[in-house]
Amino acid sequence: MSTPFEQHDGDELLLDQIQRAAFDYFAVNTNRDNGLIADTSRADSPCSIAVVGFALSAYIVGVERGWMTRADAARRTLAALHFFYASDQSGSAQATGFKGFYYHFLDMRRGTRVWASELSMIDTALLIAGVLNAAVYFDAAASDERDIRELADALYRRVDWSWSRNGGDCVLHGWKPECGFLHYGWEGYSEGIILYTLGSGSPTHPLPESSFEAWTLTYQWEHLYGTDVLYAGPLFIHLYSHAWIDFRGIRDRFMREKRCDYFENTRRAICIQTEYAQRNPNGFVGYGDNAWGLTACEGPYARVMKIAGQQHGSFGYAARGAPHGPDDGTLAGWAAAASLPFAPETALAAVRSLWAADPAHDHLLASGFNPTLRGADHNDWISPGRFGLDQGIVLLMIENHRSGLIWRLMRDCPPLRVGLRRAGFRGGWL
Amino acid sequence: MRRNHLSDESARVEHWPRDWPQNVHPAAWQNPRPASRYKLVVIGGGTAGLVAAHAAAALGAKVALVERHLLGGDCLNFGCVPSKTLLRSAHWVAHARDGERFGGVALDDARVDFTAVMERMRRVRARVSRNDSVQRLREAGVDLFFGAACFAGSDAVVVDGATLRFHKALIATGSRPVMPTVPGLVDAGYHTHESIFDLTELPRRLLVMGGGPLGCEFAQAFCRFGSHTIIAQDEPMFLPKEERDAAQMVSDSLARDGVEIHLNSEVVRVRTDGKRKLVDLVSDEVHSTVEVDEILTGIGRAPNVEAIGLEAAGVAYDHVNGVRVDDFLRSTNKNIYAAGDACLPHKFTHTADAAARIVVRNALFPGGQRWSRLTIPWCTYTDPSVAHVGLYVREARERRIPVKTFTILMHDVDRAIADGEEHGFVKIHVREGSDTILGATIVATRAGDMINEITLAMVAGIGLATLADVIHAYPTQSEAIKKAADACRRAQLTPALAWLARRWLAR
Repeated sequence: MSTPFEQHDGDELLLDQIQRAAFDYFAVNTNRDNGLIADTSRADSPCSIAVVGFALSAYIVGVERGWMTRADAARRTLAALHFFYASDQSGSAQATGFKGFYYHFLDMRRGTRVWASELSMIDTALLIAGVLNAAVYFDAAASDERDIRELADALYRRVDWSWSRNGGDCVLHGWKPECGFLHYGWEGYSEGIILYTLGSGSPTHPLPESSFEAWTLTYQWEHLYGTDVLYAGPLFIHLYSHAWIDFRGIRDRFMREKRCDYFENTRRAICIQTEYAQRNPNGFVGYGDNAWGLTACEGPYARVMKIAGQQHGSFGYAARGAPHGPDDGTLAGWAAAASLPFAPETALAAVRSLWAADPAHDHLLASGFNPTLRGADHNDWISPGRFGLDQGIVLLMIENHRSGLIWRLMRDCPPLRVGLRRAGFRGGWL
Repeated sequence: MRRNHLSDESARVEHWPRDWPQNVHPAAWQNPRPASRYKLVVIGGGTAGLVAAHAAAALGAKVALVERHLLGGDCLNFGCVPSKTLLRSAHWVAHARDGERFGGVALDDARVDFTAVMERMRRVRARVSRNDSVQRLREAGVDLFFGAACFAGSDAVVVDGATLRFHKALIATGSRPVMPTVPGLVDAGYHTHESIFDLTELPRRLLVMGGGPLGCEFAQAFCRFGSHTIIAQDEPMFLPKEERDAAQMVSDSLARDGVEIHLNSEVVRVRTDGKRKLVDLVSDEVHSTVEVDEILTGIGRAPNVEAIGLEAAGVAYDHVNGVRVDDFLRSTNKNIYAAGDACLPHKFTHTADAAARIVVRNALFPGGQRWSRLTIPWCTYTDPSVAHVGLYVREARERRIPVKTFTILMHDVDRAIADGEEHGFVKIHVREGSDTILGATIVATRAGDMINEITLAMVAGIGLATLADVIHAYPTQSEAIKKAADACRRAQLTPALAWLARRWLAR
């Protein structure tokens, strides 16, 4: 759990409310027949496989918080695991997956590929993280829980991580039946760390040890705003893998050389975010100590803003970053809630402020908000609805902050332990 | 180097200032009678050839230079000089439209007199051509021959019927744009970075093929002039050789200017419909079509190694990398050297210049200077510009060199704030645990000027922390380098030293 800090009266209740709101996303935006979860709460949203990964962990939190029975959680989990296990793995344009990986977006009802989406390596990894999390949690002898463990193992073993390199060292971003592998790979520090570690731990199709090493060769260690940091601009990069992996005290070769770890690195990345928001070089409205979070999120599409005579365009859904941008005045409030384990005082101050900013708590829970672009009602531009990834990272990170539950469970996950060790991690709980 | 003859060019372009052809290829030129044997024969009158010829002649060598087309080569005639002149005009247009930021009036409807822009380009080119002129070569004592050179053995070159015998020769034939093999492109018509300077009217809609330095520079310039500009790049980022943050900033800048960006997009076919050019793009199997009036290709350069008789001279080459040279820039014929685009992966004017000086040193005197010892900066002159020198972080890490980057954002530099030029950064890479500079990337309005300080430090072996002792005039954007140096010096303050300092101050 997090380092000690000054918590205000009512903070526990506040965090409980936020978690419950995030949890409700998964309870509502689901197809209970196949366990798929919608990418967003908008009408006709397809399923995002990564959101299913978050949902599988969300159920665990739901059980422990008393918002869902264990039997219901097991039932929902089994529905998803059964679906993926039995899904069409032919790799055709209308299939669900190939080589144990899955297309990024699936039809909520049929579970088939939509939007001509790519077979996504990282989104499959996030799905498998949730699958393995469930396998650790559902440890009872009952048949449904035994089925969960067996299906989870089968799904993990089926993923051909080695194939995803296409003969190179680094894992590629994706594959499409129409054109084969997308011609760019996971290079540079990113959320892909969970992809590399789970891939390294596979008993059937592991990534070679050279993969993780090759990936870390693309890292950049920078002294930025007075802080040494493994640099990546968008904040989600510093959060996604960390939802499942407790990086405190465990270090790979790179972090041993830098006398740092990935947990501490995220704390520093948050410092850079707040520093950037205070500087606010473009003069966007609303930035400050309690309003930061430049990350992948939805902003206004193709709108023009004029600040002090300078025009700025808006980017819609984009991976915003600090300090090099892109930056169009859109912030993601949920990023503050997801930062709680790493920088509790900074994050909680922002969370309190964002939660109170509007009655619907959109500033905290919507994908993005942009105070520079105000509507006729003088209210900030707000991304409509909710995005599943945002709710998932908020739910899991608050839980890690409050109880360390997800991290504790995953410390006992054999594939993760093996993968981390093969990737060169040592020390701490490992 | 151009393959066409000057007369062809003259017919195409009517508005050349008269002194440009007079400087770079006088119409009434008569080749001189060859000397019995030259100490150095230079093939190609571009940057490498001219630098080598002047340097060798200044040292007292008997030198002949053969040029097929125009003195000054690509840089003067179709490259750096005219393109940077256009970029300057485009920069002004952008500022004029942005006037409100600076307390002035925004010239929203600022119309660009494209004819005047191109005339200015030609005036500048004519003026700069004096440096590369026939006159200057003659004054230096160089025998200048116009015509196509061809080796007639291992120690002789034939040009316009005359045989030039040599002790040493330099191949400095330059390079030419790579022609895309897109179906329909030739029939539809297209421009290279050479023919684009012949435009007399601003295209209403322009497609730029290729997101390398040249493509990005031209896309931004023509967009600022008022063309609806589309850029198609077949990779996921522009400037794929540069750091991804730098490439991202260029991408953001192009987007701010209004360039229509198609990344990960391959041009697969060009069709015509009257004067309209319909260009088919494919991105991850998603097909789309854009409609333009002109197409500019900028997908790379190929060395000019054909039809100069390299086989007869025993000089090995290939059509991708050019003349095969060793670290001393010597070819497989020990008396024949190469320099510039004809043999180097870095196809820049300044590398051609540096290579030419090495060749003169190695060809005329004992001992040898190595090409690999040079520290080479380069710059893409978009706004902001992207300049680099030395190693990239990835290269350093692949060599197992521990590397740490000191980064200063231009939005923390007073002068950049005052100038309204805050987009950018200075990243200086040092060997971790020391202040030895391994390389640097700068994104700034004047990044090309700023990188020279880092290059100087690297060549002179000056550590980054030492630059903290160099007083930088205030306020300048170069202060970013000083700030990085200050950060490096602070990082050298070990806990033990910090403890000692505290003890001293607590006395």
